[in-house]
Amino acid sequence: MNAIDINQDDELRDLYRELILDHARNPRHFHKIDDATHTAEGINPLCGDKLRLYAKVDGDVITEASFEGSGCAISVASASLMTDLVTGLSIHRALDCFAEVTGRLTDPEHQTGHDFSINLDKIRALDGVRDYPSRVKCATLAWHALNSAVRGQSQPVSTE
Amino acid sequence: MSQSQENRFSSIADCRRDFPALHQQVHEHPLAYLDSAASAQQPESVIESVAHYQQRDHANVHRGVYTLSHRATEAYEGARDKIRSFINASNRKEVILTSGTTESINLVAQSYCRPRLQPGDEILITHMEHHANIVPWQLVCEQTGAVLVAAPINDAGELDIDAFDKLLSDRTRLVAVAHVSNALGTVNPVEHIIRRAKAHDIPVLLDGAQGVPHMNVDVQALDCDFYAFSAHKMFGPTGTGVLFGKEALLEDMPPYQGGGDMILEVSFDGTTYNELPYKFEAGTPNISGVIGLGAAVDYLLSVGMDNIAQHETRLLDYMTQQLGNIDGMRLIGTARSKASVQSFLVDDIHPHDLGTILDHQGVAIRTGHHCAMPVMDFFGIPGTARASVALYNNRDDIDQLVDAIRKAQQIFS
Repeated sequence: MNAIDINQDDELRDLYRELILDHARNPRHFHKIDDATHTAEGINPLCGDKLRLYAKVDGDVITEASFEGSGCAISVASASLMTDLVTGLSIHRALDCFAEVTGRLTDPEHQTGHDFSINLDKIRALDGVRDYPSRVKCATLAWHALNSAVRGQSQPVSTE
Repeated sequence: MSQSQENRFSSIADCRRDFPALHQQVHEHPLAYLDSAASAQQPESVIESVAHYQQRDHANVHRGVYTLSHRATEAYEGARDKIRSFINASNRKEVILTSGTTESINLVAQSYCRPRLQPGDEILITHMEHHANIVPWQLVCEQTGAVLVAAPINDAGELDIDAFDKLLSDRTRLVAVAHVSNALGTVNPVEHIIRRAKAHDIPVLLDGAQGVPHMNVDVQALDCDFYAFSAHKMFGPTGTGVLFGKEALLEDMPPYQGGGDMILEVSFDGTTYNELPYKFEAGTPNISGVIGLGAAVDYLLSVGMDNIAQHETRLLDYMTQQLGNIDGMRLIGTARSKASVQSFLVDDIHPHDLGTILDHQGVAIRTGHHCAMPVMDFFGIPGTARASVALYNNRDDIDQLVDAIRKAQQIFS
């Protein structure tokens, strides 16, 4: 069989960027936090992604965030990147990030607010999913779980 | 190969031409449609029959005294007769037209089971059922205090028949089993199951959604009590399907839904129900869908169910063999008797990622839990990739699938 030149397929490469594959293979913060102050479950019934998000909040600051579960490369990488990003942020700023990321991935008209100052460069690696409507849910699952956890909702969130 | 066999297979290969949707490019690759177990494409004749009805014959059925209503009724009831003959039901009263397999099973749960079940009674299913053959029974069990019992399966995805036999008891009120498993492709030993259940005088429902498109189904030879299936898995339109039920059982069952068409006479003192099969068909039905289903039956008969089964068996063998040659391949569902479907996992690539990459190569497969979460739990996996073949698939489709899987492996290597 002839080797397939995978570089020819830029669109696929745009979805499965090296950063995404790295975080999917070696997810960061992939463990339980025993003394978490906030937790929520996220379920994507379409492809069976299931994760539990943990956050430890001190005052108004997320001092630690982590997750456990199983899912596709996109959902695992997104959870890994997210927990990296929100560690050290105030709840308010983390929720701004939630609005920014979900807005960018789901709303073609989305415009970043003027006062949004958090560096989302790494999260931009997920922008490729915008061309895959069925995969946007994978990329936003962890963010919905975070939103649910810090708002203290106990029901599992579902992207369906 | 004899001359007649050659002719037969050249005619099966020609079938592909009859399906307009198959002749397109997806992401600049020819479409390899390997998801017929989820929903099959429709031949031109089905599309035409529906269009003809919509353009010329549309009116409500069983009501008007005018020409169009006569035509619509004739086409709708004509389809029922075709279906009766197709599954060899003994008469047309036994062919209830529903919205699909799911409604057919819910009808039996609510109309047959609910009035009969007592606390402690049991409904026996298997571990490999589709959610449509689990949840309706859970609902009726909650309503009545009955218990849902699932017979185990083995690592190949076959029913543990000894365990099944032992679970049949004097508490069992109904056995409900997939004819063919949608997630694993296992063809269940339904003749044995029915024989055993009959020995205990227990009625049997077969979920035939994955059976009817792939093999001859003769409900009298099977001697099943109920047989449920959907049009869209047998090359017909979505939103319509069938419940076959034995006349004596159906006669004893109360209506499932109330409304127009299912009554003889309505007054505020009470209502007299219509006769079979109309007693179970409240409201204006999916007329165009049923007409399309009738055309799908004609199409299947024109190709020949035995030819279809033979073609698909060869193709499934080829697919299983080709998939098995891929390093890192784990086949899920390796029963000795199978139809149409192969589930699999490759390396540690999540099925959903695989599905997206395959789509980029023009290959359409199903990924996920296939509405059979207990099956996924049994194998300890969140889901699988599933390729399924139908009469219009060929070896090129399989080769395209295999090449696309190898590409996914390169991306994830």
